[in-house]
Amino acid sequence: MQLSTKHLLGIRDLLPQDIQTILDTATQFKEVLQRPIKKVPSLRDVTIVNLFYENSTRTRISFELAEKRLSADTINFSSSGSSVSKGETLLDTVNNILSMKVDMVVMRHSASGAPHFLAKHIPAAIVNAGDGINEHPTQALLDAFSIREKLGTLEGSKIAIIGDIMHSRVALSNIYLLKKMGAEVMVAGPPTLIPKHMAEAFDVKVEYNLKKALEWCDVANVLRIQLERQNQVLFSSLREYNLAYGVKKSMLDNLNKEILIMHPGPINRGVELDSDVADSHHSLILQQVENGVAVRMAVLYLLAGRGES
Amino acid sequence: MKTILSDQQLAITIKRLSHQILENNDDLSNTCIIGIQPRGVWFSNRIAKEIRAIAPGTSLEYGILDITFYRDDVRNELHIANQTDIPFSIEGKNVVLIDDVLYTGRTIRAGMDALLDFGRPRKVELCVLIDRRFSRELPIQPDYSGKAIDSIISQKVKVCWQENEGKDEVVLL
Repeated sequence: MQLSTKHLLGIRDLLPQDIQTILDTATQFKEVLQRPIKKVPSLRDVTIVNLFYENSTRTRISFELAEKRLSADTINFSSSGSSVSKGETLLDTVNNILSMKVDMVVMRHSASGAPHFLAKHIPAAIVNAGDGINEHPTQALLDAFSIREKLGTLEGSKIAIIGDIMHSRVALSNIYLLKKMGAEVMVAGPPTLIPKHMAEAFDVKVEYNLKKALEWCDVANVLRIQLERQNQVLFSSLREYNLAYGVKKSMLDNLNKEILIMHPGPINRGVELDSDVADSHHSLILQQVENGVAVRMAVLYLLAGRGES
Repeated sequence: MKTILSDQQLAITIKRLSHQILENNDDLSNTCIIGIQPRGVWFSNRIAKEIRAIAPGTSLEYGILDITFYRDDVRNELHIANQTDIPFSIEGKNVVLIDDVLYTGRTIRAGMDALLDFGRPRKVELCVLIDRRFSRELPIQPDYSGKAIDSIISQKVKVCWQENEGKDEVVLL
């Protein structure tokens, strides 16, 4: 039983059975994390470098914890404070690290496609921890894991992805994954933040009205406004965005059903999500983070098991 | 193909092993049995059922343990993990580990490592249905053995269960 791919560059390259295998393995790792000793010796002989060219709290800690729980040796690299500032290229940096016998690279980069480029040039297995506005596969996997845990299945469930679809790698990975697993997907947000031709290209519903999106869905995955990736004015102010697209407690109370609220973090409280929503019983946000460790353990375990020998 | 144990012999063997486990662990409240996933569980289900039938009214704690993440061959061969379910504490208990076939001993080594991550048992014993003796790669021996057989590497022991394969039988392929 193996994954069909050597790297995890994006959900786009995965088969539905790969996703199933990862989620099932993550279920077993979640049980490991409840034990008195939350650690297994599986990757004792594997060395993993965490290469972060972009800021991260959750993903980085989650990967590091996953690696440690699997008994792998880890090295952390962040571009600030490294020789990147002296002008070393990405490929040179990685090749230098690999010459110290590293087996896997977990990588985050602000340039879309950076891990794909690296995968063509180096022998180590690469796990994409987010590349620009392209994909964030482990986030989509942990989102799917959390939904599956709550709803029992992904097939036929209705997921609305709300907010800055255009600049969100979480949105793209989630759309690929949910469609592959047979879920119904809607993207919702202001027209300026939803790329044209979404509906045809990805077979998703497009909705510009937040209230209608919430009425339709079982789960709302609310995304952060990615101001750092926006170089033009796509909405007039954060306050206006909140008025039109911020999820508020009153909206959830007025629905005639219970929906789940997810968010990949970091939350901008009072912009896309009001505080009382983020902290309410609807919110899966902290469970997502908890599940993230188990899901990343599964990914690392399954990729490390693809021995080159 | 050679039959090692027929369905009748298998039933008698399970009865004998259950009695032996009871004989050595007269205080069942301090004893638990743990079957090793995946194939040891069919066997441990039977042992648990038998012990409960012999000693009704006593509470026997029974769990299942998956050892996939503790294997020493992760890099060469990938195995899919199964469920682990030990809904009780093993701290200070007598644990009887149960598997169907004891061969190289590597599974049991992994099983002991996995078990110790749940706490510190007072004592760990091993019960196997078939002991393929003279083929050990680690110094591990069973405390309770259904039947010891001599076999060569190219041979394979297959344990079939009514619940899974449709009949109770142990054969040498």
